[in-house]
Amino acid sequence: MTLGLMLKDVKISLGGRTLLSLSKTVAPGDVLTVMGDSGAGKSTLLEYVGGFLRPPFEATGRLILNNRDITTLSPQDRHVGFMFQSPLLFPHMSVRDNLLFGLPNGGMTKHERATAVEASLCDIGMDDFADRDPATLSGGQQTRIALMRLLLAEPEALLLDEPFSSLDQSRRADLRDLVFRLARERGLPVLLVTHDKEDADAAGGDLVEL
Amino acid sequence: MMSRLPTALVVLLLVGPLLAGLAGTLLPAFGYLPALGGQELSLRPLRDLFATPGIFRSIGLSLGTGLAATVLSLAITMLFVAGWMGTPAFKLVRRLLSPLLAVPHAAAAFGLAFLIAPSGFLVRLLSPWATGFDRPPDLLILNDPFGVAMTLGLIMKEVPFLFLMTLAVLPQTDSFRKMKVTATLGYGRTAGFLKACLPEVYSRIRLPVLAVLVYSTSVVDMAQILGPTTPAPLAPRIMGWMADPDPAIRFQASAAALLQLALSGLALLIWFLLERIARRLGHSASGKRHRRDRPFNLSVLAGMSIVVGGMVAGILLLPIWSVTKSWWFPDSLPAALTAKLWTGLGEVAGAPLLTTLAIGIPASLIAGILVLWHLEAKTRARGVSSAEKAAFDGFVFLPLLVPQVSFLFGLQVLFARLHLDGTMFAVGLGHLIFVLPYVYLSLKDPWNELDPRFAKIASSLGSSANRIFLMVRLPLLLRPLLVALAVGLAVSVGQYLPTLMIGAGRVVTITTESLALSSGGNRPLIALYGTLQLLVPLIGFSVAAAIPALLFRNRAAMKVIR
Repeated sequence: MTLGLMLKDVKISLGGRTLLSLSKTVAPGDVLTVMGDSGAGKSTLLEYVGGFLRPPFEATGRLILNNRDITTLSPQDRHVGFMFQSPLLFPHMSVRDNLLFGLPNGGMTKHERATAVEASLCDIGMDDFADRDPATLSGGQQTRIALMRLLLAEPEALLLDEPFSSLDQSRRADLRDLVFRLARERGLPVLLVTHDKEDADAAGGDLVEL
Repeated sequence: MMSRLPTALVVLLLVGPLLAGLAGTLLPAFGYLPALGGQELSLRPLRDLFATPGIFRSIGLSLGTGLAATVLSLAITMLFVAGWMGTPAFKLVRRLLSPLLAVPHAAAAFGLAFLIAPSGFLVRLLSPWATGFDRPPDLLILNDPFGVAMTLGLIMKEVPFLFLMTLAVLPQTDSFRKMKVTATLGYGRTAGFLKACLPEVYSRIRLPVLAVLVYSTSVVDMAQILGPTTPAPLAPRIMGWMADPDPAIRFQASAAALLQLALSGLALLIWFLLERIARRLGHSASGKRHRRDRPFNLSVLAGMSIVVGGMVAGILLLPIWSVTKSWWFPDSLPAALTAKLWTGLGEVAGAPLLTTLAIGIPASLIAGILVLWHLEAKTRARGVSSAEKAAFDGFVFLPLLVPQVSFLFGLQVLFARLHLDGTMFAVGLGHLIFVLPYVYLSLKDPWNELDPRFAKIASSLGSSANRIFLMVRLPLLLRPLLVALAVGLAVSVGQYLPTLMIGAGRVVTITTESLALSSGGNRPLIALYGTLQLLVPLIGFSVAAAIPALLFRNRAAMKVIR
């Protein structure tokens, strides 16, 4: 019995052709970096772990998250947080509503929910941003909010699909550190897909090249 | 299973009435309709039909005007896009044509009539100083025997439709970049477009073009207002025969409805032949550059200006005439104005106006719900094949590819047997057949273009499919959804034949009433009804624009996201 995210004999194929096969365990707080040319199936791997793989892609193997077999669960029930290249904050909601969208209901009062959202903004040094229109934030700020929206949903693992690629060089390091620090603090296994060698170095964990 | 239910419902709602209607036309065409005393099959209705004076001229007129209108509408649209894409003129035309799409056929025809009639605005503008007329000239400009005015009206109505369909297709076919490539290779704009973009663009707008052809060869309302009368094209003559008290003539009418089906089918065959010839002639590999195409493009712009200008001038004349008390020939402006018709609107047009809304709003809402249900089910279903999608898109278009008069006749018979004819419910159902396709067409692309990652993020945050639909997809697509509903309302307002036939003359909308008035000479009253046909869709589109603008006033990104 091991905690963390276990990819057990995972094999993804397209029309009979094997795109990738992988067997790895990512311990809580660790980062597994996946690098490779475009078309190598990096993002497909994340889609599979997140529960979004669609035909014509096919996959075999098992996904074990903290001793739970999540292989056949729907995305809603996996408790796996997903970040894409762009922050994808819901454009029709305020920053607060985006964060509230991430926060599970779990028997909290309205007041407790509001407090949790304020606290999460505090964590990333964006205390006064609750009422802002996401479209008026900088790229780095949007990524921070997207990250907090994700963490408020209390995921047990993080899937990062080149989440820093849209940011400029100076912001990138800051955000990378923030993401890895928060993941470590919460003991979340991280699966990171990237083009950028620097991302892989900063992540520090295992590296898989496809 | 559930994912197929909405699709099956939509197909049933569209194809069911179509097939039932065609069957209901076929039987009486061969003499079988017990309600009218036709107990056995015979060829008499067909024989009577072909013995009718002028029948072949009517057939020729329908074919000729329909084909000419379609060829010219398509040519103007394609050549204009080719020559002017990306220019300020293009942007201006785009801005003017978008609202013109919502103008009902009848209103457009009245506008054109007010513009070009012997006593119309153009002659007034030129008289007497240029023409010497101090009385309206005795010329057959409207209702001319060759159907020129009618063809012109059809072109003015169909160019906006084809243009907007093409606009939607241009980005999907990567035409902007292809044009850059052909330009750097030294091709003139028009040659570059025709050789590099047209094949793909045309294959994507082909169904709308075929719909235009079928509509143009079987149009009734425009033909009654602008078309020849001695004889009229086939479709309006059928309407006359259907209203005849003599049962023999009514059997002949259903034979004619069948003939109309064959006629529009023949037009399609001719069109397919023309497509082949065009493909054969299009030597895209000849290497000819046609660099100096400026004069040609300018003449295309002139053609487009006539279409847009004629339409705009025509529909501006409607509100002016609706407040006219006296406007003597050859004055360019009315001599005296009155708001009498508008202040007494409730008495003059209140009932038809309410009927129009009471049919149009529910029809468009039901169409909207069905389309949303279908799209959402398709999005949730895993792996819907593209063949299945294409088949559905074809089905949705089917009612637009069959002449209305051919299956509405049978549908009327069917509703009469169910004792539903003349009810608003039946008329609404009849409208739905035509409202549904347009609502689907206008919502489909925005729905498919929505970034699927929003839903992925929401579901990885633990949201159920219903919550994603209600809190993410619906608000993000609120703007195109409301526009689609407004399109649905506009389509419903414009329906003449379904209202008249299924309503059995007892359901009166602003459109059927305006056609009923068209033979009388009360121009202000006709203009009032024409203006109302413009106003109802206009209000619909304004509401569709105002609601998201208000809801999302503090959300910058919602202004660009479709």
